[in-house]
Amino acid sequence: MKATSHVGRMGLDVTIKVLAGLFAALALVLLGWILATVVTRGATALNWSFFTELPPGPGQAGGGLGNAILGTLVITALATLIGVPIGMATGIYLAEFGAHSRIAAPVRFVLNALVGAPSIIVGVFVYTLMVEPFQHFSAYAGAVALAILMLPVVARTSEDMLSLVPNTLRESALALGAPRWRVTLGVVFRAAKAGLITGVILAVARVSGETAPLLFTAMNSSYWMSSLAEPTANLTVTIFNFAMSPYENWQRMAWGASLLITAFVLLVMLTTRFALRAQERQR
Amino acid sequence: MKQALTRHVQIQPPGLRKETSPQAPLHQGSALTVKISARNLNFFYGRHQALFDNNLDILANQVTAVIGPSGCGKSTHLRVYNRIYELYRGHRATGQVLLDGKDILDPGQDLIELRRRVGMIFQKPTPFPMSVFENVAYGLRLHYRPSREELADRVETALRGAALWDEVKDKLDHPGPALSGGQQQRLCIARAIAVNPDVLLMDEPTSAIDPVATAKIEDLIEELKQRYTIVIVTHNMQQAARISDFTAFFYEGRIVESGPTKQIFTRPAQKRTEDYITGRFG
Repeated sequence: MKATSHVGRMGLDVTIKVLAGLFAALALVLLGWILATVVTRGATALNWSFFTELPPGPGQAGGGLGNAILGTLVITALATLIGVPIGMATGIYLAEFGAHSRIAAPVRFVLNALVGAPSIIVGVFVYTLMVEPFQHFSAYAGAVALAILMLPVVARTSEDMLSLVPNTLRESALALGAPRWRVTLGVVFRAAKAGLITGVILAVARVSGETAPLLFTAMNSSYWMSSLAEPTANLTVTIFNFAMSPYENWQRMAWGASLLITAFVLLVMLTTRFALRAQERQR
Repeated sequence: MKQALTRHVQIQPPGLRKETSPQAPLHQGSALTVKISARNLNFFYGRHQALFDNNLDILANQVTAVIGPSGCGKSTHLRVYNRIYELYRGHRATGQVLLDGKDILDPGQDLIELRRRVGMIFQKPTPFPMSVFENVAYGLRLHYRPSREELADRVETALRGAALWDEVKDKLDHPGPALSGGQQQRLCIARAIAVNPDVLLMDEPTSAIDPVATAKIEDLIEELKQRYTIVIVTHNMQQAARISDFTAFFYEGRIVESGPTKQIFTRPAQKRTEDYITGRFG
């Protein structure tokens, strides 16, 4: 048997190290490039009126995306209100009550499929359910579409986080005479708090950039929203429309909106990370 | 450990050993009353049988040590007394366990009341992720509706009862998991005694704790037996000898021998008991 060559091994080691480093650098550069473009192009669009005024006509000076910012906040908040409780309840069922029940496995399978479902399909689905029958787009429909996208993310992370809580903690609470639901809500939930919040944040971050489902449900509008039952302006669909337009001022608005969404997601991620770390340190 | 033990144990020549019934009743004509009585208790993990016809009397206000090699069924036996095993699918007990004469394996048994009366301390301290005060208040709030003053009062009493008050009275609002291991275990004891149980089950309560903290808990057990009936599972033979009044020796799911600790450790009736306590196996 021939011995392996030392030089050969060293060479392979170096090659792999260099390749791995190169690809890591490539990923970082691409990400930095995107961020830099969004920031430099978007920053020129941001001013006070960007946040407070209605979109301008093509080629008109001034104006803003106040209605779309408000619309996105309202739709995302509503989606969170719908999606998080249902998703979390599903996670609780899977982890605490029905872990071995006959429907647990199919539920998990469906959730996994739903995580990977193209969001446009969810948009079309909600369109046939909530837009077509009423003959108009609405913020409700948009929120439901986003909630459906949040649900599997929240459900799976909740299940995982609750499953990480050691059984000895459940046993201790049960041994004190606590009924199962109080063990779950009073003890297990607290122990898994950081993870559960992370799941919710991930879900919010996931949907805040979604365009396709809103295109079929909330649509868009040039006006301030006056009810949840009407077409509602939102940032992502506005980016879609404005970026494709030939008008320079609309394109600039689209860059501004892109920067805003990016900053929002980044901010949400960072604040939760800091909040969770502070909480960790307290223990 | 072997050497330390043999000092306490007088090994008699086999011919001279008095042959008593292996499962003789623990009490021998004294005024002690039976608190818990396991009768023909069998236990199954799914199809696997872990306990075989266990018969054991636990006497009120005494410390009963349950000893035996790993996997012999000590913890399994203990976990029947508060039916905590029911958390898991396929875990099943047959036979009878009488608590003050009433069968707790009866399907009609109120589990919440059973667990209020039979508290449990686990191997690893399990403080809840909340403040020291809230840890102790947790059980109280489950079973009573205390006013603010009553609650503070009961929490203090429980912490004093667990010999922890002086160490934590200035940090009642600190998180329970931030205490040291030994303090955490005494916090769990305080939490358990706060709801005023009759029985305390302790499943190797000192095996995850340093010797100094262990000594504190052993002293505490000595005090606690004035008010509670204590059943303690332990791997530590000296601990069993030090703190218990009665001992039951388990082997492969069966109770080989039970009786006054002194008798078990000095004149065991069964060869296997003797081999185990002298460190010849296990």
